[in-house]
Amino acid sequence: MFLSETTSMDPLFLVVPLVVFLPLLGILVNWLFGKRLGEKAIGTIASLAVGGSFVVSLILLFALRTDPQGFSVPLMQWFTVGGLDISWSFRVDTLSVVMMLAVNLVGTLIHIYAIGYMHEDAIHQGDPTRYRRFFIFMNLFIIAMMILVSADNFLMLFVGWEGVGLCSYLLIGFWFDKGEGGIANAQAGKKAFITTRIGDFGLLIAIFLIFWAFGSLNFGDIFPRVGEVAANHPGLMLAITLFMLMGVTGKSAQIPLYVWLPDAMAGPTPVSALIHAATMVTAGVYLMTRSQALYLAAPAAQNVVMWVGAITALFAAIIAVAQFDIKKVLAYSTISQLGYMVAAVGLGAETAAMFHLVTHAFFKALLFLSSGSIILSLERAMEEGAQGSGSHATNIDPQDMRNMGGLRKKMPTTFWVYLVGALTLSGIAPLAGFFSKDEIIAAANNTNGIIFVVLVAAAFLTAFYMGRQILMVFFGKARTKAASLAKESAPLITVPLIILALLSIVGGAINFPGWLNLEHWLEHTIKVHESTFQLPVALISLSIALIAILIAWLIYGRKPLAESTSKDPLARSLGGVFTLVNQKFKVDELYHFLFIGPYEKLADFFAHPVDQGFIDGIANGLGNLASETGSWLRKLQNGFVRSYVLSIVAGIVIILIYLLVRV
Amino acid sequence: MPTSFFLALSAIMFVLGILGVLLRRNALVIFMSLELMFNAANLAFVTFANQYQLLTGQIFVFFIMAVAAAEVAVGLALMVAIFRNKGSVDIDQLNSLKG
Amino acid sequence: MELVILTFFPLVGVLILVLLAPQQKNAMRYVALITSLLTFGLSLWVLSKFNPAGGINMAIELPWLRLANVPVEFYLGIDGISILMVLLTTFLIPIAILSSWNAIQEQVKGFLIFFLILETGMLGVFLALDLVLFYVFWELTLIPMYFLIGIWGGERRIYASIKFVLFTMSGSLLMLLAILFLGINAGSFSQPTLMANRQLFAGAEMLLFIAFAAAFAIKVPIFPLHTWLPDAHVEAPTSGSIVLAALMLKMGAYGFLRFNLALFPEASVRAAPVMAILAIIGILYGASVAFMQKDVKKLVAYSSVAHLGFVMLGIFALNQEGVAGGILQMVNHGISTGALFLMVGMIYERTHTREFSKFGGLWKVIPVYSGLMIVVTLSSAGLPGLNGFVGEFSILIGAFGSKVLGSPWFAGVATTGVVLAAVYLLKMIEKMFLGPVTNEANLSLKDLSARELATIIPLVVVIFWIGIYPQPFFNLINPAVEQLLQLVQSAAMVLH
Repeated sequence: MFLSETTSMDPLFLVVPLVVFLPLLGILVNWLFGKRLGEKAIGTIASLAVGGSFVVSLILLFALRTDPQGFSVPLMQWFTVGGLDISWSFRVDTLSVVMMLAVNLVGTLIHIYAIGYMHEDAIHQGDPTRYRRFFIFMNLFIIAMMILVSADNFLMLFVGWEGVGLCSYLLIGFWFDKGEGGIANAQAGKKAFITTRIGDFGLLIAIFLIFWAFGSLNFGDIFPRVGEVAANHPGLMLAITLFMLMGVTGKSAQIPLYVWLPDAMAGPTPVSALIHAATMVTAGVYLMTRSQALYLAAPAAQNVVMWVGAITALFAAIIAVAQFDIKKVLAYSTISQLGYMVAAVGLGAETAAMFHLVTHAFFKALLFLSSGSIILSLERAMEEGAQGSGSHATNIDPQDMRNMGGLRKKMPTTFWVYLVGALTLSGIAPLAGFFSKDEIIAAANNTNGIIFVVLVAAAFLTAFYMGRQILMVFFGKARTKAASLAKESAPLITVPLIILALLSIVGGAINFPGWLNLEHWLEHTIKVHESTFQLPVALISLSIALIAILIAWLIYGRKPLAESTSKDPLARSLGGVFTLVNQKFKVDELYHFLFIGPYEKLADFFAHPVDQGFIDGIANGLGNLASETGSWLRKLQNGFVRSYVLSIVAGIVIILIYLLVRV
Repeated sequence: MPTSFFLALSAIMFVLGILGVLLRRNALVIFMSLELMFNAANLAFVTFANQYQLLTGQIFVFFIMAVAAAEVAVGLALMVAIFRNKGSVDIDQLNSLKG
Repeated sequence: MELVILTFFPLVGVLILVLLAPQQKNAMRYVALITSLLTFGLSLWVLSKFNPAGGINMAIELPWLRLANVPVEFYLGIDGISILMVLLTTFLIPIAILSSWNAIQEQVKGFLIFFLILETGMLGVFLALDLVLFYVFWELTLIPMYFLIGIWGGERRIYASIKFVLFTMSGSLLMLLAILFLGINAGSFSQPTLMANRQLFAGAEMLLFIAFAAAFAIKVPIFPLHTWLPDAHVEAPTSGSIVLAALMLKMGAYGFLRFNLALFPEASVRAAPVMAILAIIGILYGASVAFMQKDVKKLVAYSSVAHLGFVMLGIFALNQEGVAGGILQMVNHGISTGALFLMVGMIYERTHTREFSKFGGLWKVIPVYSGLMIVVTLSSAGLPGLNGFVGEFSILIGAFGSKVLGSPWFAGVATTGVVLAAVYLLKMIEKMFLGPVTNEANLSLKDLSARELATIIPLVVVIFWIGIYPQPFFNLINPAVEQLLQLVQSAAMVLH
């Protein structure tokens, strides 16, 4: 059952299964004893479990410094059938360890944050018993994510891939009895699961193709042989990579399957931060980076990837400009940033994609968690306001930016960290986002002029909507009573924010121009193009960002929104266009019209006219035919002796005639 | 006399019997018509027995007479039972076997 | 001898049950439960003596009677294909009996007797290697199930039970004709002998294939012969639905493997694309129809049509991955759908309804039930790490590269069934467990009792076991499938 180790590797590598088993231990402890332990202990155990995973990743990092080519660490056999030979085995190399470190670092901080956040949120939502469940699901997510990034074959990767999808489903619908009509949260979860599963269909097909082309699903058997197989089957690599891209568009929320991510914000904010910003949604980028060899063999696919990413980056950024929900803005921003990473992969700049993935994990987690701190304090203020005035609570949407304003003074820590996050996202030097985004834009500049323009335009919009958000939330005056009563959150919430803010500031160092740590590090696993720092490009993107922020200030800063009901200045000047963008270009409605509605009609047609009417009709019809025949024949049996005799006589006569005629 | 005379008589008797069974309603009369048919058959048997000088036909007749006697006993008993039940032996009222 | 003891052991329980007085209901239940548990023990004993590489194990061959001067034998044997089915049967029967503990209060004696006879019948079907004996057992399973639905079923039980019997009978009569034809032409009813003498009926292979397929296709069921299934499932009592879905449908798929593939390999190769298309229609159609159901049990019933579509697709991929995956998926479907019916029965016992509109928000009220049900549903949806995935993946990858089917389109289209499965199963989760509690009567529902946990936990354990470490199952299946496929491959060589 358990596979024996093969090569002589540093025994430190053997700790890798712990990245999965420590969170599993956390789940077991919380599941079995959590009820008796109390909230603090539950949160601590869960955080320690993820923290332990982080320590394990650090050990692996240390081990890799001496053996940078990495190892595959088999755990146990999974199944063997025909040519399929699949085992549970972990891949420890520079790429997977980078992912483990990023996920576990951000994960630990978010778990700690959630200890405080979920305490209040659970009270606010009215069911504190779900506190324990939340941390169990969060740890489960870490397990799935670790399986995903540490898998040594495509099938195990797929386990993690679907596993994170499951956790996402469970956590989006965590408050499954809340939301619009009591069901909106649950439906958002369902939408996420099904949409990503449509993508997974593509990934499955890609896996089938890989298996029949390479005869194996192990990374080690596939990537070195890409050239040879691609030579024999031209076109196959294109099919594999495009189907894989379909999976990526689902999981990493790219056009056309991005629609689930904005709705996924129905989940508690730590979930949005961890799953729907920092880690899970980047799985697609990781997958493509891991499969770089396949993409290099299919330049046409790379082109498609590049365009999908770039268009998504711009499209989502446009939508983000016209959103009012603080988390929706961040959600579209996430889609847009993921577009950058995908485009980077398409441009052949996988290192830049990974770099941006890591910095994005820091600053987007920071932004989400800070927005959570704001939402929480508004909710708190709403309840206090209701008690204080003695009147019934005025229920405002605590996520609507129009209901905020002037929070800079009331929540100074949150403001400062939010500002750091926003500036990082906008790509202001020398924060982390500047370097990582700049590397992608520079790669575009080297390759494709149109992509370069698209990405710069998206960068402009990014800076603009972040400026708009900061100005709407923190500046001006409080537009609602709740906003005027808002207070700074507790240290349990703000300390992780500060740490993330520091990481966002210095995160650029991991691939600092001229120093290029990450590039040399990843070189052992994937093919790396030496990126060069292009001063003109950096200056262009920096000045574009500054101009955008300036414009945002001109529109939103000089004359802040007066009331929570007043119209957005952009809406005044753009009118219908703004409404259309605000309604997300009605893509959801379009999909409903094109796919969901027709499928429901078709299914209904199958279920009733076809199944109950036609097919069952035939079966019942045959039965009825038999009973009709019977009831017709039954008339012969009238009970009168004479008619029986008559038929006997008639029979005799017929027989006699037959006999006579025959002779 | 030629054999055909006897056979003709037998045929006439048989047809009379059939018509009686088909047309009459009184079970007793039907019963008698049945006996008529039996006897028509008996007559045919003995005629052929005489024609071919074989005993088999005559033995059959004895058999038929014995069976007919038994049948009469059972049949009349049935009819008595039916009469007690229904108060009549009109066969048009005996249609409980209607499907 | 082991197999004879195993097959007929449930009848020992029947004998004891006959002797009990009608009011000793609990005693009867214990007798039946212990009998079925002992039968499970016996099947484990058989497993311990089983050698996967040894072909037909523990065969017992006794002369029985002569039919048209052809000897009929009492011939039982077990191999890698049947052992899992036997284990599945003996594993699920105690669970089904336990699930009927409170649900069946009328005529308990008759119920349990029919149940144990049914077990013997099914074990016989999976073990018989003589065609006439197989047919006898095949029909023997019909009678108890007819009564289980017809006496202890729901409102439309008479309609459902008659429909069930008529459908099955009309198929099996064709099979009987084919069996007689085979016996008279080849001079033997023994499956291994017939396999060795295929040239004796080679001319009629396709017709014989169709005749056997008719019987099995109705049982599986393959689209469009499936309409008996939702009626029978919905009307049957919970334990009856479990047996029906988890075991009796498998008899059909098993029949395809044991007889159609083994005796008529050339016809199988030729019919494979057609069967695969029907299977795929079943997958997509079953999923779509399931999606529109308003009754939980009907949804699960139609999901069976979709799942068995995967099984048939795997079998007619006619390669190792597909067929072995198909056999594993038969087990998976037995476990997952059995568990689903079991849990639907539990909620029905509490609320006396199965309408989605009467549920909603149950996760809040009965978290243990809801959590377990969600796990079971996800396994049915083929979530990786749970059992359904391993089977589905193996089937799809087999069908994708199948030389017999000759095109990846079959598997490609079938894979969309994975998406549709998520669509209707998540709808079920949403309507039952999520959202606010809309029906006030549900606020006072009780969570699972110890007895109910005892029925569901073993199934959940197996769900995880097969999901994470299915190799022991494949070890049993693989050698038998390899042998079977050698035949098919030589036939395919002849054809192409």
